Amino acid sequence: MQFSAEVLIVLAPLFAAAIAGLFQRYLGDKVAMGLTTASVGLSLVLSWPIFIDFVWGDGQARVTELFSFIDVAGFTSTWSVRIDTMSAIMLVVVNTVSFLVHVYSIGYMAEDPHRARFFSYLSFFTFAMLALVTANDFLQLFFGWEGVGVASYLLIGFWFQKRSANDAAIKAFVVNRIGDFGFALGIMACFTFLGTIKFFPTAAGDLALFAGSVNGVEVAGQIERLAHQALVLGDVVLPAAEVTAFLLFIGAMGKSAQFFLHVWLPDAMEGPTPVSALIHAATMVTAGVFMVCRLGELYHIAPLASGFVTIVGATTALFAATVGLAQNDIKRVVAYSTCSQLGYMFFAAGVGAYNAAMFHLFTHAFFKALLFLGAGSVIHGLHHEQDMRYMGGVRKPMPITWAMMTIGTFALIGFGIPGIGAVFGLPGLGFAGFYSKDAIIEAAYGSHGIGAQFAFWCGVGAALLTSFYSWRLAFMTFEGKFRPNPHAHHDDHAAGAHADHGHDDHHHDGHAKPADGSAPAHESPWIMLAPLIVLAIGAVLAGAVFYPYFLGHHAGEFWDHVIPFHEGHHDFPTWVLWAPLIVTVTGFLLAIVFYLWKPGASKAMAKGPVWAFLYNKWYFDELYNFVFVKGARALGDLFWKWGDQKTIDGLGPDGVAASSRFFSRNLRKVQTGFVYHYSFVMLIAAVAFGAYAILAGIGGGQ
Amino acid sequence: MSEIVAGWPILSILTFLPAAGAVLILLSRMSARGLNPGYDNGVKLLTLFFTIATFVVSLFAFAAFDPANPAFQLTENIPWAFGASYAMGVDTLAMSLVMLTTFLTPLCILASWVIEKQVSSYMVLFLLLETLMIGVFCAQDIILFYIFFEGGLIPMFILIGVWGGERRVYAAFKFFLYTLLGSLLMLVAIVAMVSMARAAGIENPFSIPALTEFAQSGGFSPDIQIWLWLAFFASFAVKMPMWPVHTWLPDAHVEAPTAASVVLAAILLKMGGYGFLRFSLPMFPDASHFFTPFVFALSVIAIVWASLVAFRQLDMKKLIAYSSVAHMGFVTMGIFSGNEQGIQGAIFQMLSHGIISGALFLCVGVVYDRMHTREIAFYGGLVNRMPVYAAIFLLFTMGNVGLPGTSGFPGEILTMVGAFQVNAWVAAGAALGVILSAAYALTLYRKVAFGVIENPNLDGITDLDTREWVMFVPLVVATLVMGLAPGYVLDFTQNSAEAISAAFLGARP
Repeated sequence: MQFSAEVLIVLAPLFAAAIAGLFQRYLGDKVAMGLTTASVGLSLVLSWPIFIDFVWGDGQARVTELFSFIDVAGFTSTWSVRIDTMSAIMLVVVNTVSFLVHVYSIGYMAEDPHRARFFSYLSFFTFAMLALVTANDFLQLFFGWEGVGVASYLLIGFWFQKRSANDAAIKAFVVNRIGDFGFALGIMACFTFLGTIKFFPTAAGDLALFAGSVNGVEVAGQIERLAHQALVLGDVVLPAAEVTAFLLFIGAMGKSAQFFLHVWLPDAMEGPTPVSALIHAATMVTAGVFMVCRLGELYHIAPLASGFVTIVGATTALFAATVGLAQNDIKRVVAYSTCSQLGYMFFAAGVGAYNAAMFHLFTHAFFKALLFLGAGSVIHGLHHEQDMRYMGGVRKPMPITWAMMTIGTFALIGFGIPGIGAVFGLPGLGFAGFYSKDAIIEAAYGSHGIGAQFAFWCGVGAALLTSFYSWRLAFMTFEGKFRPNPHAHHDDHAAGAHADHGHDDHHHDGHAKPADGSAPAHESPWIMLAPLIVLAIGAVLAGAVFYPYFLGHHAGEFWDHVIPFHEGHHDFPTWVLWAPLIVTVTGFLLAIVFYLWKPGASKAMAKGPVWAFLYNKWYFDELYNFVFVKGARALGDLFWKWGDQKTIDGLGPDGVAASSRFFSRNLRKVQTGFVYHYSFVMLIAAVAFGAYAILAGIGGGQ
Repeated sequence: MSEIVAGWPILSILTFLPAAGAVLILLSRMSARGLNPGYDNGVKLLTLFFTIATFVVSLFAFAAFDPANPAFQLTENIPWAFGASYAMGVDTLAMSLVMLTTFLTPLCILASWVIEKQVSSYMVLFLLLETLMIGVFCAQDIILFYIFFEGGLIPMFILIGVWGGERRVYAAFKFFLYTLLGSLLMLVAIVAMVSMARAAGIENPFSIPALTEFAQSGGFSPDIQIWLWLAFFASFAVKMPMWPVHTWLPDAHVEAPTAASVVLAAILLKMGGYGFLRFSLPMFPDASHFFTPFVFALSVIAIVWASLVAFRQLDMKKLIAYSSVAHMGFVTMGIFSGNEQGIQGAIFQMLSHGIISGALFLCVGVVYDRMHTREIAFYGGLVNRMPVYAAIFLLFTMGNVGLPGTSGFPGEILTMVGAFQVNAWVAAGAALGVILSAAYALTLYRKVAFGVIENPNLDGITDLDTREWVMFVPLVVATLVMGLAPGYVLDFTQNSAEAISAAFLGARP
């Protein structure tokens, strides 16, 4: 067992979560909040220098091994903390967003009676996520993977009195389990073919998937062996690398809410908004992307599976954006946007641009957390109204929130001017999303992989829709006149936290309806605004500052063989470079037409059948409910009532019992009879056996 | 510490200490005539003392035991009639199950504190049950094994039949029918094996190690193995229970008092798995190979079938009973995958299931003691009144789901890793159980713990009291320690798993 500051990064949030969770009654809310926030703050302070060392210094990949987890005949996993470029990126993403969300929640959850529990869960989540990103083998990765799943389950269902929140929590967990089904089988496949589940060697002579250097000695990986093996299932022979990569990607599809397994993410918005920002936007849902990139060398030798990744990612990018167009719940729009952006990351990984995928993961964390927390600020300011149809005119009362949300929107749509900025070694000048998203679209264009061209067009199309729904959100929320909710409101929260009444009453008093048509809202407290401002700085600068390292001139040294990296070619046709900007501006103009200039047009549009199809999310929930939920129920009933009760019991014990009841009618009581029966049979049997044994003994002449 | 017990018949002390407690209670009952109002409480305390003492003795045995030594240890041997003998001894497999038994029984006694009907008889039976259970795992003579194996069911019948619920007679009768069938066939097989071994000139044909050695030197031809295997299978499959002979279990659980449910799920079911590992694989390896596809099929059916049925249950105990059937499917699958991962996983899954399912039945017992119903629909919103209970229940629910970090995970993943190497489809089928277990377990939890309290009967329900705290804390610790550092257990059982795996794989056609 070794110990280092890096171990503390991972464990500090765990200790804080345990203490805050177990002793919340004795510590009180303030101490619990302070402790958990401070612990994540500590992890944050410790992780930035590591990242900076990889960017500007010469950070070396290293592993701290703690103690053995499982070790059965080569199936070996060790609790460890692996630090390399990949985990350094994730450490700063996770800890930065987590710390800001902790701080924000101090304000957002101020009136909640279960604050201590909330913060304990948040810190536990942070721990599980850190364990995931610092794993050096599949089992620890899976531990973190499931750990964040549980934290997500607990936080989605945080308002446990709300039925819809509980159902959403179960849905999230079970759909993720469908992904885990594939993930677990992928782990088994990997072990069966390679005899190891370790990513990189930690000592000379270690079996590991990928090559690495240990104490200056280069140790070979096993991954190439996969290319020469096959899984034989009866008559079917499948290439081992493809099977393994495909199965593992099923897990990523669940965790990162990709097409077919995306249905849980929008429902997860039942959780408190800071949770959505941390777990369902910036960190947990990117775990799938992280895994695929971490296993880049595997996907590199599995072109079919990579093609599948590309197609699923591209489909998700476009599909989720279409659904995002038609949602009215502000959080659901952002949720579908997240789904769509994750699709971008996946098709980047699918076409082999792992660095672009990771870069988009990095920049997306800032602006998407910003958008979620901004949406939370609006919801908080409007007394828990989440429906954008009942918003409008929020800019004036909430100017800082508006400004930060606008920055987030610019970053999300990837606004930037290509071709300028060569002085700084940049391909253009723009917000953070510009660098990463354009790099992904260009990578798809330049790739010859399966589905790459499809992905390119999906990427461009999704960029148009992204711009449209983002500005739609901005305009419906902040511009125009306030449209009060005709229905009794607060139903969102009413069943949730009873102590919210204090909160609501407090705010209602001070807000008569403003005469100028702006919303009767209040700007959020500074403890909520400060995280927004920090994230906004990231949404502006994260792209330009780190572009040279993730994608540009220094990328080779930065990635240092942790992922497969090739110098990309930079001579794309001009129209490819400009296409994203053109569609983005088009989306912006369309949004102006529909939501500022001619709002009647958008209302008419909202009545059409296409809109209903999109609003109902392509009816996926209805379909799944019919096929899987009802199907499982029907099968369960069939197996139980027809199978167990009628068939098995009917032919077996009940049939026998009926006949034996006939015989036992002469006996006094069945109730005690069975004991005698049994003892009697045993006794007879034993006597017979003894007699036989003795006879046999005599016969055998012994 | 091993010097202290050197020369002592430690396994006999361990096995018969609970029985001695039972005798003491019987004697005290004769003298006290049950008139003293504090008598019942005294009996409970005495029983608790004896079960804890047994646990302490098992710790001594554990300390004297050398896990690096693959042979049977702490052996005792007293010959009696016709070549059979009173032979005791344990290897790492048996030792781990003995520890599980002695660890859980005191907690069962704590759970039985609420028993008010015929307390002294109940406690006597429980102590006898513990003796018989420990005896099963310690016995090295096949007759002795048979006596303990079948004898253990008598106290269980009576516990269900007298202290059980409304349909206790039906449940006990069903239990009886199934078990009787299995045990008779096993007895026939034992007779056949012993006579064959004797005919071949084996000196002590009743000794399990001698029979194993005889079998592995080719003593039983593959054709004979098939019949012997089937006869043993009849008994062990019922005990596990495997599909389709599983229907006695939900009924028995529903009717059994809480502590009997715990013992039934945690220990009695493990006798089936123990039997497969002790007899079927090492003694009939050729037949085991022959029947592997058959067992795989039954295991996967059990996992999927029982999980889907669990999803539809209205009674908490029935739901957990069906989930036990599904979890035992992983055990049989792991055992018959025959490689080290599979067998280690199966042993681990048995131990972990003992703790988690035991704890879940205790969780049901806690609310049953307060409300006298196990109907899921009766409850809802318990977290509002019982936050500590809700937290503990959640932990064990997650353990049941096989969440990494709890003891439920290593067994499941190892058995699947084992199976995947033999047949990827089987592992894939079993992995469906991973999805389904999340669905039924979390739905149960949602219905019982989350939401608002709508049933006015629950308004006054109280959180765990001190006794219940004491009962749960060891289980919580065991679940987490075995989940985070399963190596302690896996390293311990490695010897047995290696030996069984080698015996099985050595016979691969």
